Amino acid sequence: MTAMTGPLQRPPLKTSGGNARRRTAFNRAMGVVLSAAVLLALIPLVLIIAVIVANGLPAMNWEFLTSTFNFSRREPGGGYLHGLVGTLYMGGLAALMSIPIGIAAAIYLTEYPRQRLAGLVRFFADVMTGVPSVFVGLFVYTLLVRQIGFGTFVGALSLAIIMLPIVVRSSEEILKLVPGELKRGSYALGARHWQTIFRVTLPTAAPGLITGAMLAVARALGETAPLVLTALAAQSVVLDFQGGGQTALPLLIFREARGAFEAGQQRAWAGALELMALVLLLTIIARTIGARSRYGR
Amino acid sequence: MTTTNHEDQGRQPGMNRITIDLKPRQEEPAATVLRARTPEPADATAAASDLEPEDFVFELDEVRVRYGDFTAVRDISFKVPRNRITAIIGPSGCGKSTVLRSLNRMNDLVPGASVLGRIRYNGEDIYDPEVDAVEVRRRIGMVFQKPNPFPKSIYDNVAFGPRLNGYKGDMDELVEASLRRAALWDEVKDKLRSNGLSLSGGQQQRLCIARAIAVEPDVILMDEPCSALDPIATLRIEELMFELKENFTIIIVTHNMQQAARASDVTAFLTMGEDRAGYLVEMAPTERLFTRPESRLTEDYITGRFG
Repeated sequence: MTAMTGPLQRPPLKTSGGNARRRTAFNRAMGVVLSAAVLLALIPLVLIIAVIVANGLPAMNWEFLTSTFNFSRREPGGGYLHGLVGTLYMGGLAALMSIPIGIAAAIYLTEYPRQRLAGLVRFFADVMTGVPSVFVGLFVYTLLVRQIGFGTFVGALSLAIIMLPIVVRSSEEILKLVPGELKRGSYALGARHWQTIFRVTLPTAAPGLITGAMLAVARALGETAPLVLTALAAQSVVLDFQGGGQTALPLLIFREARGAFEAGQQRAWAGALELMALVLLLTIIARTIGARSRYGR
Repeated sequence: MTTTNHEDQGRQPGMNRITIDLKPRQEEPAATVLRARTPEPADATAAASDLEPEDFVFELDEVRVRYGDFTAVRDISFKVPRNRITAIIGPSGCGKSTVLRSLNRMNDLVPGASVLGRIRYNGEDIYDPEVDAVEVRRRIGMVFQKPNPFPKSIYDNVAFGPRLNGYKGDMDELVEASLRRAALWDEVKDKLRSNGLSLSGGQQQRLCIARAIAVEPDVILMDEPCSALDPIATLRIEELMFELKENFTIIIVTHNMQQAARASDVTAFLTMGEDRAGYLVEMAPTERLFTRPESRLTEDYITGRFG
């Protein structure tokens, strides 16, 4: 076929001839550039963590975690227990509202991808991801708060609206990864469509779905703007479902960080540390579940 | 090469019946078999002429499968004898798997696929609008090219089908019996709770066979079940097929001619026309097809001159 290159015509193994030196140098230079970019990208992240830990740790103690505001916010002491409770309460409610609907929508998108409605849902999910969260707060404020007042539920609802598109899109990507051969295996055994979804598709995708949902929860826990317009505020632990104000860690941080009192600012730093630890914890849980049994073991 | 045969066909319109004799092959344009539009029991299914007519599980009549505008296979007429291993061979892309998938309505899952003609299963038209595709699939099991156990335990893999059907009996017993019939029990009896994906490829494929037979189907369709396996695992599957044919009818698609020759009772040879649509060239008892093929196309294929 083609003429064989004689052994004498082959370049030597030692890279010295031709443009080998230039290519090696370029390769090395690109390696340096990329490493530098990674380091640059890490600077803000590391700084944020360092500053929060450095400022938050001195004010962090058992009292801070387990008590609410003292009578005087001018003085040191007291804590953000009401904020933690509000954050977990509203975050949990928001998760209950958005995760089932989001996963159901994602199932629709993957099982009926050709439907016109699927394209529409996908488009609006994308648009919603980009909507500034303060608009979501305004939306819920106009729609509900003016009728039924501030409270846990309306706060949770605004968080759920922020989470929903994240859950839909992450779940859709995960569900798309479920191998078609598994679904076909199920159909070949005489499974109906819903049986295949519940017995094969969802269990196979479960770790990934949980990861996506956790990341959406983590995102929602840090939201401040929509809560200002829906949860408003509270001075102590609120367990009411709806009606009174509610508070959350970001709300307390926002409020005390711009306050005039040194003690309040200290508490805000501790609150920031607490919130960051909470989000970090959720992310780690999500990653652990996601890494385990991606598909098999 | 089909061109010349088609031309021959055009010049000899009378030759549309294949007779089984030992005339030199070149006098018999192969395409005549394909052009034998009237499905006489004597042509493709002469294979099983020693069987009673009611002993056919499947009767395909002028089956044509289309994906959108593309005709994947056309003019497929043959009968599948009960409790035999029927092999479908042919070059890549000739529609072997398409024919197989149309037998348990798996093609329904492919968007744009349509099946024309008639496929009778125990005399019933499985594409009758009143027939439930899910019921068809419960009677006609399938084993795929790539082993596809569910990412569940070995036990749950086998119990999957019976649970779908709301099986009321002793599940442990059924799982054990199915694994034994699939010749896998001894290898997995101590690790029924471990993941099906932890098994080797050959074991996974036998697990898929156990999973298929756990629902007591009538027929097992196998779509190149050994193409991802090593020769030893392949041989084990073939031995297993031989044992299973006592209770099941097996139809196996294979691109491995040796496998068809070794393991099947009846062989159907498909090839592809100029229109890229697959069609049936001939079907005969395996031994005869491989020793005295009626069609030149078959002879070319089995002797390795084509495909």
